[in-house]
Amino acid sequence: MIELKNISKTFNKGSVDEMFALKNINLTIREGEFITVVGFNGSGKSTLLNIIAGNLIPDSGEVFIDQFDVTILQEYKRSKYISRIFQNPLAGTASELSILENFRLASLRTQSKLLSIGNNSSFRKIVCDKLKTLNMGLENKPDSLMGSLSGGQRQALTLLMAVMDNSKILLMDEPSAALDPKAALLIMELAEKIVREEKLTALMVTHRMKDALNYGNRLLMMKEGTIENDYTGAEKGKINSEDLISWFNS
Amino acid sequence: MEFYLTAIHQGLAFAALGLGIFLSLRILNIPDITTDGSYTSGGIITAWMLVNGWSPMIAVFSSMLVGATAGIITGTIHTQLKIHPLLAGIIVMTGLYSVNLAILGKPNQPLINIDNLLMSSSDNSDHSTFILIAFSIALILLINLFLKSDMGIALRATGNSEAMVKAMGVNPDRMKIIGLGISNSLTALSGSLIVQYQGFGDINMGIGIVISGLGAVMIGDVVLRNASSRKIYLQLIAVVVGCILFRIILATALNIGMDPNYLKLITALLVLSIIAFGKIKLSSKV
Repeated sequence: MIELKNISKTFNKGSVDEMFALKNINLTIREGEFITVVGFNGSGKSTLLNIIAGNLIPDSGEVFIDQFDVTILQEYKRSKYISRIFQNPLAGTASELSILENFRLASLRTQSKLLSIGNNSSFRKIVCDKLKTLNMGLENKPDSLMGSLSGGQRQALTLLMAVMDNSKILLMDEPSAALDPKAALLIMELAEKIVREEKLTALMVTHRMKDALNYGNRLLMMKEGTIENDYTGAEKGKINSEDLISWFNS
Repeated sequence: MEFYLTAIHQGLAFAALGLGIFLSLRILNIPDITTDGSYTSGGIITAWMLVNGWSPMIAVFSSMLVGATAGIITGTIHTQLKIHPLLAGIIVMTGLYSVNLAILGKPNQPLINIDNLLMSSSDNSDHSTFILIAFSIALILLINLFLKSDMGIALRATGNSEAMVKAMGVNPDRMKIIGLGISNSLTALSGSLIVQYQGFGDINMGIGIVISGLGAVMIGDVVLRNASSRKIYLQLIAVVVGCILFRIILATALNIGMDPNYLKLITALLVLSIIAFGKIKLSSKV
């Protein structure tokens, strides 16, 4: 589904602040894999995600999605293949638009936005049915401005919006890092449910070791711009948090 | 009373400009000052076309087209060269001054005994009130409809969160260019209407005009401050009301004996006091 070939990325090249974020990374992500990525700050895990998403272009190497070379494809064009959840729970939705309008935009992620009015009563019903599944009471106020909701609610809606239009890949950059423990748990459960139900291929960068272990079916451990460990399926199940902590301390 | 009727007429003629500034400043979050140039362009092209026998409707339409082009150029400079929109606006505005002068061939063009949209010279009948109100209502309806369309939603989201719209498959650069094009075509429409209302076009008519639009948008904010709903059409109506109030306040200032030479200074102080008023009210809430 996603293939990274010999990806390298250096920030501030040639200056005293030069930093090797990724060193010759090769990674094949198969369809249906839910990968969690852990590592120190500066280990390159966010850079890895951003290179797949397209808001960073690698210095060398190639990125393939569904066999298409997307290495230099602009971010907004790449969103045709990719849904995203940001670390900032407010970044994935537009504050001054209503819940409905946010969903309308999400429902056209892979299509052109024309001059027609698509936010009509039948669309409203579809969205309200989806909102009901959250049990947050939002189905009673779909016209509320997104800005009036909490970070947890907005992150939950970002997740629902991610699968409004023909989604295959979900990229999550520390989706619960900015939330309180209760909201964080809710977001992770919702993410897991959506990935499972929609049969998505997912990649999640996280600092919460429990999340990295509890969710997903493949674990990447990154250090200094390289993938040091790569555990799949049953192998991943054998890793416990003590193993992770000792790896972090080594 | 005549004095205030003129102020209301001018306010209605400035409604398009106010709505244009609302689009760029409030919806797209871009401070655009192409306005001074595109407003003059609208006026100059209308004056030139009317003198040369074109119909007023075609003159209005052409003015809007040129205004849109100016906005598209500003938007392209801002997004493609990645320079600050204020700088992009100054560059286009400065260039437009010479373009406007070249179109008219002289700094001033009176429109005596020429029919226009608002006034017919043959029977000296004045349709200003009706036409200007009709234009303002039509603009509110059309812009409201546009902002609710799928493209309009994408445009509004662009001013909110660029990360979000990119993730939704929207090219934010394209949205900014479209938005600035529409905004400046509205500005040029105001220039065209004002020229027809006052009966002459002048190369310096646009100097500092951006502040009128800003003032109107800010009065609109004050008007809506305690409103429970923030629906788009209410915001658009508030901007038009802001345009009219702005002109009435200026007219009152002149009426009570202010020296017209100080008009720009009064305008600047008026906008400053509206901003200060907003800040004081906001901080007292906290």
